[in-house]
Order: sequence, then C-alpha cells, then structure tokens
Amino acid sequence: MSTTTIQKEPAAPAPSSIGGNVRGYWDRVRGGDMGALPAVLGLVVLCSVFAALRPAFLTSINFANLFTQGAAIAVIAMGLVFVLLIGEIDLSAGYASGVCAAVLANALANMGQPWYVAVLAAILTGAVIGTVLGTLVAKLGIPSFVVTLGAFLGFQGLVLILVNEGTNIAIRDATILAIENKNLPPALGWAFYAVGVAVYAAIQIVRAQRRRGRGLTYDPAAVIAFRVGALALIAGLAVYALNLERSRNALLASLTGVPIVVPIVVVLLVFWTFVLRRTAFGRHIYAVGGNAEAARRAGISVDRIRISAFVICSSMAAVGGIIAASRDNSVDPNTGGSNVLLFAVGAAVIGGTSLFGGKGRVIDAVLGGAVVAVINNGMGLMGYSASVKFIVTGCVLLLAAGVDALSRKRAAASGLR
Amino acid sequence: MSSQPVLEVRGLDKSFGPVQVLHDVAFSAHAGEVTALVGDNGAGKSTLVKCLGGIYSIDGGEYLFDGKPVTVNSPREAATLGIEIVYQDLALADNLDIVQNMFLGRERRSGLVLDEATMEEMAAKTLDSLSVRTVKSIRQLVSSLSGGQRQTVAIAKAVLWNSKVVILDEPTAALGVAQTAQVLELVRRLADNGLAVVLISHNMNDVFAVSDRVAALFLGRMAAQVRTADVTHSQIVELITSGRSGELGLQNVNGVTA
Repeated sequence: MSTTTIQKEPAAPAPSSIGGNVRGYWDRVRGGDMGALPAVLGLVVLCSVFAALRPAFLTSINFANLFTQGAAIAVIAMGLVFVLLIGEIDLSAGYASGVCAAVLANALANMGQPWYVAVLAAILTGAVIGTVLGTLVAKLGIPSFVVTLGAFLGFQGLVLILVNEGTNIAIRDATILAIENKNLPPALGWAFYAVGVAVYAAIQIVRAQRRRGRGLTYDPAAVIAFRVGALALIAGLAVYALNLERSRNALLASLTGVPIVVPIVVVLLVFWTFVLRRTAFGRHIYAVGGNAEAARRAGISVDRIRISAFVICSSMAAVGGIIAASRDNSVDPNTGGSNVLLFAVGAAVIGGTSLFGGKGRVIDAVLGGAVVAVINNGMGLMGYSASVKFIVTGCVLLLAAGVDALSRKRAAASGLR
Repeated sequence: MSSQPVLEVRGLDKSFGPVQVLHDVAFSAHAGEVTALVGDNGAGKSTLVKCLGGIYSIDGGEYLFDGKPVTVNSPREAATLGIEIVYQDLALADNLDIVQNMFLGRERRSGLVLDEATMEEMAAKTLDSLSVRTVKSIRQLVSSLSGGQRQTVAIAKAVLWNSKVVILDEPTAALGVAQTAQVLELVRRLADNGLAVVLISHNMNDVFAVSDRVAALFLGRMAAQVRTADVTHSQIVELITSGRSGELGLQNVNGVTA
C-alpha cells in the first residue's frame, strides 16, 4: 500500500511527512477503504476473549495448531482472491482441492510415484480444472456462479470415483506428511526469519533511495523503520513461540520449531503479492475487476486475464488439497468437501477482499484464514459443538460482507472507490 | 495555418446492412487547430469518429494520414498512427490511481517488474505540459476524482503517447460550468501544443469558444466545413437542422459544397 505522493514542484526531493502518512491512512479508513483493519481488530478481539476464557488457547502447542489448522483454508482463499478480484466467484474450489488431493493420493499410493511427481500431477490437475472453468466463463459467457456450481456437484462425484466410491486412501509418503506434521529445526526457523526481515528492509530502503534519486517523493525513514520493526516484532514473537517446547513429555519426544507449512504459506503469500502488485499481469487483474470495458479498450485481453485468474484459483486449491491431505494423513470423499469452500470464501472476504471485484490483496486471505482458524480453535477449546461453530462462523462472514457492502456505500459517498 | 491536414477523409461511405449512414463524407483535421464536429442526433458523428478510430471499417473513400493514404482496420492501428479517441464514458478503472490508468495496457517495465518511478515521472510530465494543476496527487484513485478531473486524466492519457490527433467525444457533456471551462482550456492547450484536435459537441458555446473550424454533418452528409470565424451562431444551427444556410451547405441531395 503505497502512500507516496508526487512532488508538484521540481524542487529537491523531500520525504512525505510522517503525519501525512498517518493522516492519509486515517482518511482512507474513514472514507470506507478499511483494508485489513476489520480482520486485524477481529483477530485481536477474538484472541483476547479466548485467552481470557481459556488459558489453554495461549499455549504454544495450541498456537502451532492454529497454523496447521488454518493453512489449507488460507491457501485456497489466496487463489480465490484472484477470482474475487475480477468480480467472479469459484464455488468449486473446495472440491477442486479434493479432486487434486485424490489425484495426489492415487499417484502416491496406487501408482507408487515419488512425491514430486504426485504434487506436480495434483497442481497440473488444478490448472486444467481452472482452464476449463475459466474458458466456460470467459468465452461462453456462462455466469461463474453457475459454472462453478455445476463443477461443485461434478467434482463431488469425481472425488468419489477417484477414491473408489468412498474408500479412504492413506498417505504414507514422508515428504507429503512432513508438510503438516513436521517442524523446522529452531535454528532454521530463526534463519528463515532473519532472511525474511532483512530482505523486506532492504527492498523498502532501496526503493526509497531510488525514488529519492529520481526526485520523486519517498517514504520517510521513520515510516520504513516502523514497517520493518512491526514485521520483525510480530514475526519474531511467532517464531519464538513456535520454537518453545510444546511436547507434553519433552524427554520422550521433543516437539519444537516452526511447522513446515508456515514457510510454504509465507512463500506463496510473498510470490502472489509480488505478482499482483508489481507485475503488469497483476495490474490487469485489478483493471478487469474495476472496469472490464476500460481494460478491453486499453488493449488488455480480458478473456485471457479471466481464464488465468481461474487457473490460479484452481491451482492454489490443488496446493490447499495437498496440505489438507498431509494434515489428515489420508484422502477420502470428504477432503475439500463440506465447509472448506465456504470457509475459504469467508476467509478472503473477512480479510477485506471485496465480493464486488477490483479490491483485495493476497494477505487478506491469510488474515481472514487466521480469523476463521481462531474461531474454530477457540470455540472448540470452549467446548462448543460443531453446530455453534458453524453459526458463529456464518455470522462472522455476514458481518464481514456487511462491512464490505457498508464501506462501499461510504466510499461511494466520499468519492473513494 | 498548415496547408496539409494531418488527417483527411474523402468520399467516405459507410453502411450498416441496407442503411447507409455516411454518404460521401469529406472531413479534415489540421495540426494546431481544434476542429469541431457538430450535427444533430443521428447525423453520423459517432459513426464517423468510429471509422476514423478504426472501430468500424469504411465501405468506400480515401483515408489520408499526413497526406499518405492509409487503411485503419483496428483501434490498435489507429493508435500506432497517433490517433487517440477519448470516449464520453471515459473508460477509466475506478480502483486504480491516475498513473495506473494512464499507462493501463501499456505499462512500462524493467524486466518483469513494473517501472513505477518512470511511469510516475512521465505521467507528471504530461500533466505538467498540459498545465494541469487540479489534481492533488497523481497517486490518487480515480474514484476520488471529480468529473472534470476524470476528463482531464482521460485526455492526458490520450496525449501521453505522442499522439498527433486527439478525438474528444462530448468531453463537456456531463460537467458543470467551472469544470467545462477547465476542460475547454485543456482542449485549447492541446491544439496550441501542436496536436490536431477533433471536438464533438452539442454545445454551440463550446464550439465557438475553442474551435478554429466547424464541420457540420446533416443526415450522414457533410453539410459544410468552414472556419469558425467566418460563420455565425445561427448559421451553424441552420446547417445542423436543415443542412444548408444560404450559400453554405448542401445545395442538392447529391452534391456537397463547402
């Protein structure tokens, strides 16, 4: 989120003021562009409530569980962000992840393929699914709601066929199982953290210096320091907590370190954020979501952008399916079924991605996924049954969609978006 | 001014099925001048502009650009020649900022990454060259701009690409008094910067305020293309409504005199 402004006078380049940065952010929030604020506030409130009511919520083992429980949803939601950005919906992403997981399980268990071949086959299946869905939407002009509703039903059947009408295929491949069940050695976790923070800081500083050199306004050092410091603090606390001993009996089996799925999610997050914000392709995704006719007149191939958004969505669903298979140690007809899709859409929307297209970020999926995971986990600890969890998650989703709709209204009134 | 028009069509015919919309139309636009294109609803203004912009193919007649005959079959080819059309509905993406909109579809990049700094510089330079002072920041979202500011961005977008001819479709139709004045000033500045500007307008005040020449279409025929200084308000209105005004205009259905 750039808050830089252009210098009107060609005078010496000056940093945008700190106060200006803060005021600009506040104006945007008041104008209805709240970004990640509701999700972050929600997370803080939920965590405080659960921590106060159930001390078990704050234990390091539960903290690690949050990541492994939320990862698959967050990854599927990341893909959904692309489809939501162009103003479409993919209702089949959940079962698409099930189909891809079943392909993975078949390749591993029944064909004896190595894990990388199986993973490749699963992601390729996702890409093919996305191509078919996207082509039906973009070229034939069938509403995405209907196309993916059909696919939702069809894939449900396809999963059944792939798992031989309802058997449970066990995953025994050590690499796939490691994704959700093994941890990085604590030292490696810290190394990963240090590299991440250093690279982020370097990018911020280099960008500010380049802009300064060209006479454009740049972010002041204090703002950069704040951003880097915030990242270093939050990520540092997380790595520290995950590196604590969380085994009941440490002498028997030590259990420490960042779950392997965390760096996978972080890499996907950074990669797709880069694609959306720093490449022409990402710019075109936003343009198609904001005004498809303007994009068409600007010479952008709108159909190609639409299809690729669906390809990204289904491919990410495949990755989510692999993570889910690793977590369950098996694939069955329910993998990717029941509430997975709804949680994923909910995660994207709760995070601040608009259902109306043109607005959203990949990190929304992760923040929203965290909210969904915290609700599930905390309510489970409180001893509530699945029924209450469903109702609460549904209410939170409605709340998030309501915030989205209200902020659009407010934005229309204040002229923002 | 310059003797040779930048853009000229002669004997242009265009039909949609059995309906002939343009008959033997002659039209020219000169560098450094604003040519107003006027006519009643259904006179064929939009069709003519779309033929010039390559959206419609022409059925007959000559299309000359810089004195050389050309064929323009797509908006891309028109843009390559240096013809840009600013449509009435503007076609800006609300969720992108000014720079992003100006470079939409033609982003500058270094390698795989967007070159934001260069784009920002070029956009600022273009807005400066048009003496645009009305926008606060070029990193503002287009959704936060007023109608006049949007029009300004759309026009600046057309100018960014070293275009030679800029065609504006009713740029002031939806604007208030002050904003209309701003946009008209901008239109004049485009011509003063050496571009050939074609201004479609229903508003006679606008036409007389900025144009150097007026071309009046009547039922798909070019009634007259004259210097604005040589005609009066009422003569233009007569040309629009009846196709002729005294010596000016269509003397009979088959011929065109100017």
